[in-house]
Amino acid sequence: MTSIQLVVLVLFGAVVGMSSVLDSFEIYQPLVACTVTGAILGHMGTGILLGGTLQLIVLGWMNIGAAQSPDSALASMISTLLVIQGHFSIGEGIALAIPLAVAGQMLTILTRTITVFFQHWADREAERGSFRGIDWAHLLALLVQGLRVAIPTLIVALLAGTTEVTNLLNAIPHVITMGLEIAGGFIVVVGYAMVIRMMRANYLMPFFFLGFVLAAFSNFNLVAFGVIGLALALIYLQLNPKYHPTMALAGSGSISASEDFDRLDEEND
Amino acid sequence: MDNQETDVDIAEGVERRLTKRDLVNLFVRSIFLQGSWNFERMQGLGWNFGFLPAIRRFYTRKEDQIEALQRHNEFFNTTPFMAAPIVGIAAAMEEQRANGRDIDGKAITSVKIGLMGPLAGVGDPIWWGTLRPIFGALGASLALTGNILGPILFFVLWNIFQLGFRWYALKIGYERGTNIISTLAGNALTKLTEGAAVLGLFVMGALVSKWAHVNIPLVISRTKMPTGQVSTVTVQHVLDQLMPGLVPLLLTFLCIWLLNKKVNPLVLILGLFIVSILGYWVGILGM
Repeated sequence: MTSIQLVVLVLFGAVVGMSSVLDSFEIYQPLVACTVTGAILGHMGTGILLGGTLQLIVLGWMNIGAAQSPDSALASMISTLLVIQGHFSIGEGIALAIPLAVAGQMLTILTRTITVFFQHWADREAERGSFRGIDWAHLLALLVQGLRVAIPTLIVALLAGTTEVTNLLNAIPHVITMGLEIAGGFIVVVGYAMVIRMMRANYLMPFFFLGFVLAAFSNFNLVAFGVIGLALALIYLQLNPKYHPTMALAGSGSISASEDFDRLDEEND
Repeated sequence: MDNQETDVDIAEGVERRLTKRDLVNLFVRSIFLQGSWNFERMQGLGWNFGFLPAIRRFYTRKEDQIEALQRHNEFFNTTPFMAAPIVGIAAAMEEQRANGRDIDGKAITSVKIGLMGPLAGVGDPIWWGTLRPIFGALGASLALTGNILGPILFFVLWNIFQLGFRWYALKIGYERGTNIISTLAGNALTKLTEGAAVLGLFVMGALVSKWAHVNIPLVISRTKMPTGQVSTVTVQHVLDQLMPGLVPLLLTFLCIWLLNKKVNPLVLILGLFIVSILGYWVGILGM
């Protein structure tokens, strides 16, 4: 790795760290983070493959309220770095990514505790009526989040590819790396489960099974599933009597009756 | 005292309004909402940072500014994108207050707090539960063949949606102000949530079948064909004839059940790793 590559890599690490807390442009998602890391190191193809595989694993990982998910940011950066510098396979990269995501989660929780300090700093700036002070407090907290990924990236970049690290990783028994690769094939179900649970819509599960069976016995791609899903959603909303209380009671049509119907409908939910 | 002074302002025709530039500033800053996310007030400081252009425009006197800055440094948390319409509505309220209408600072805070929960209830399933998994899976399906279009498609699609939503929601929130709340209170939000859930669950079902891979290479029978070849039948062959993707489906429901039992997702992931390693070791699981 040239020194320019190292600098660009660490800077990109900072961008990924900030992106993962902002959760807006989604640069830290494996698809993007692995691809760019691969490109910086001159092996974009590897980055794309690793990114695609990892993306499927992290599909349902999300931060809701105060709950922090495993960290895709650190996992993407470091596993790509290790795979390319240490000449490991994509499968081994996936096996490395998961423990990294766990480590990243710990770091995320730590950082989000540290940033309480900036919130209190902002209290003092608000008291003084300083707009600039609030800008600084906020942006420096964001910088800390950047360092959260940039520093580990720097450390691993300096160590990766050295014979010690390669030997260490090679010392992992074959049965464990194979097991982790196999798990990489279906670990995504945890993410699916998280998404389904978050929807909190048991009465809509027929749509889930419809999607499952249709995919099992067809060769439709995801675009097709997206279009069918959208059509189903629109049809569901158009035909649902819940949204047409008067139509559903055409004939009887009194207001009190339609209110009764609403109540009944809620009970059914 | 306070009211009289602002009344004078209005009489002189200096009704304060956000300029187009202010709106652009609010939009850009709203992207940074979570920059200082912390366990105490979550997006509190981020909200304040994002709202500064409005405070700067509406309040010129130092004490008014201080009061507003302190008011907006409190707890706040919602799906990042859903903050944009709330910023618009809060700005519309602050504007009325700055122009001397009878709006209490507490009322503005109440509206903020009152909206963040319901909007997160809609926002989380739509953004994290539907759009990101769908775009992510779409991108990944291309990336797995080494196609650079995968990451590009994901990145572009996602950002068109999130930036477009942020801009229009902010604008509409500001223009319609609190009037929009009655619209939101109607069927619109439930419809949106339910529609997204239908789409999300349908695609999720397809994903379980298409992109979760389990192989049980345990041999059930070996038959010697007349040609001399040996045909082996594994557990996976039988399962695939029954229903492709059956094991991932059952695993998904096992995970849901365990999550409902308050098992940490990380424990699930680690547990599945251990099962895989043992499974491979014993010979029940294969690539």
